Amino acid sequence: MRKLGFLLLALVLLTFAVSGCGSSNELKIGVSAPLTGDISALGQSTKNAALLAQEEINAAGGIKIGDKSYPVKFIIEDDENKPESTATVFQKLINQDKVLAIIGSQSSKCSNAGAPIAESAKIPQISPWSTNPNVTKDRSYVFRACFIDPFQGKVVASFAKDKLKAKTAAVLYDVASDYNKGIAEVFRDEFIKAGGQIVAFETYMTKDTDFSAQLTKIKGTNPDMLFLPNYFNEVPLQVQQAQKLGLTAKIVGSDGWDNPELLKMGGPAMEGTYFTNHYSPDSDRPASKDFIAKYQKKYNMMPDAAAALTYDAAYLLFQAIEKAGKVDPAAIRDAIATTKDFSGVTGDITYNGSGDPVKGSVIIKIENGKFVFDSAVNP
Amino acid sequence: MSSSKNKHSQALLAKLAAASSSWGIRSVAFLVCIALLQIAGDFDLINQYYLHILTIIGMNIILVASLNLVNGYLGEFALGHAGFMAVGAYAAAVIATKVGPPGAMTFVLALIGATLAAALIGYLIGLITFKTVGDYLAIVTLGFNMIIVNAIQNMDYLGGPRGFGGIPKTTSLIIVALCLVITYTILRNLVFSGHGRRWISIRENVIAAELMGINIYKAKNMAFTIAAAFAGLAGGLWAQYQQFITPKSFDYIKTTDLLVMLYLGGTGSLSGSILGVVFYMILMEILRNVLAMIDPRLAELRMLISPLILVIVMLTRQSGLLGNREWRWLKPRKEDSTDEYSS
Repeated sequence: MRKLGFLLLALVLLTFAVSGCGSSNELKIGVSAPLTGDISALGQSTKNAALLAQEEINAAGGIKIGDKSYPVKFIIEDDENKPESTATVFQKLINQDKVLAIIGSQSSKCSNAGAPIAESAKIPQISPWSTNPNVTKDRSYVFRACFIDPFQGKVVASFAKDKLKAKTAAVLYDVASDYNKGIAEVFRDEFIKAGGQIVAFETYMTKDTDFSAQLTKIKGTNPDMLFLPNYFNEVPLQVQQAQKLGLTAKIVGSDGWDNPELLKMGGPAMEGTYFTNHYSPDSDRPASKDFIAKYQKKYNMMPDAAAALTYDAAYLLFQAIEKAGKVDPAAIRDAIATTKDFSGVTGDITYNGSGDPVKGSVIIKIENGKFVFDSAVNP
Repeated sequence: MSSSKNKHSQALLAKLAAASSSWGIRSVAFLVCIALLQIAGDFDLINQYYLHILTIIGMNIILVASLNLVNGYLGEFALGHAGFMAVGAYAAAVIATKVGPPGAMTFVLALIGATLAAALIGYLIGLITFKTVGDYLAIVTLGFNMIIVNAIQNMDYLGGPRGFGGIPKTTSLIIVALCLVITYTILRNLVFSGHGRRWISIRENVIAAELMGINIYKAKNMAFTIAAAFAGLAGGLWAQYQQFITPKSFDYIKTTDLLVMLYLGGTGSLSGSILGVVFYMILMEILRNVLAMIDPRLAELRMLISPLILVIVMLTRQSGLLGNREWRWLKPRKEDSTDEYSS
């Protein structure tokens, strides 16, 4: 027992003694990602994209500040997709690693737990993928690289009316998650405003696997389209169960679908469905093509939107540091806030005085087991 | 005859006074140390990250020690502790944001409200729960945890699934330490008194306990209510520390985390609750730091190595690190002579 105590104490001292060291020449940037937990696939793409960006910028000599170049070091931490772990990760990155800025976290509930810490420490935070409006609200150091939920709801509503010619729509969403609920509600309001009719507005809870009760009810209303603004790990089950029940409505989703796992799990059932996304691998943007080629070469798989957005967040930050001209979080914050027409992988990004960027969105169709670019929608 | 009895009780009183005064001195010394840490932190002499970890450890000790009353001393297997934490957290959040202006008074009121709300819910749930025992009780308490989380998820007033934000940050390390001392003073006085003996006797042999004239139902519900009250207190501290709470933070995953720390430290031991939490939390942070130092790509190995260490510890020490044993300084002095603990 006593031996164990001493061992633990020795380890603590050793860890904290060593962790204080490190080269002061490099620019440290924290990354908070869900490397384990229920959306760990997304955490892996975050990590991959961050490491790719780090490798590139350092191969190019690092970030130029004044007439000196500094290498970049990403410190990637696991927040387990839990708000309390995210708070710990932010505390560690800011106070122990003394990072200049933080990229993360991915899900909105985690970004919301980290944001007050970044805000009070005056460290710029860019969340690549958190679409909930509350994350950046009333905060001056918190930014995001993606569009926000209301915009996705709007995009899907206009896509449903104009392209799918849908008159009636049903919605099935996870009521326990901010993300799903936010999009579902905006879609409902926008679709009704555009003259459509919502015939069913059904809910479930995260980790449910049987949706037959809700889908049977939806089938009874015979809608033109079914909107599933849910995450990729649950969508295939919903689509398969809907088809088993003989539902013929067009199925549309949101950017939570964007993961290669969706195709693996869903198989042929996913054919002919649509979803909104931050970017499309087939879009003809040179920046996108370039990023996809590099990512595929390094990791031998297609990057998802979280990877593309993380990569954009990283370069937004690199550009801002260079523009700030000094290693100072406040100056970097000002440089991010005044970014104009940053040509990213996911579109041109401009900040207009808030942490939310102005940028476009795309519609993706699933065809022959692949994500295919369908159309682009601009704000 | 009467004078000898008087003498005896006087000696007992003196012993008790000595014991409580040494506990009192230790508590004050502990609080002074923590206050110094806090002040050092305010002047940036100590890394805020370490203070954050200590704060989380403090809150988790309150949670685990209170869970120990039911799962350790009473010998039941309750699975709903995070539910009571949720009640406390939300009660504190509502009081802190909607009742008074931010300040010390509102903060204290929020903590008292959190404790009482959780105690009340705990009492009511206990009335139903203790109609069952064993595995069935585990399921019933798990069910109540789910009910509490789902109920909050469907209350728009509490932010529903989006969570409750904008809570002022009033909990600090020293306040958590103060609450921890209060919790341990009360728990220690309970488990080494007649109440504690009653709980232990129920755990060891419920029929014999009943024959001795113990009201089983009442004694169980008392332990359960007190456990819920302290979980509520920890929840209240938690809400005013994190500033943002979501119902999902209090689901069975949180309960599982608490159970891991409880059984790692050892049940039926207040010392074990401290050691279990400290060991587990520090282990996780050491792994975080060590792995990051070796290679940033190893970060996810943390969730592989820490369960492995848990398995090894539990295989080598099957009743946890300190099962049914106490550190000497945690015991009332009178208990020392019948000490079964050595190390």
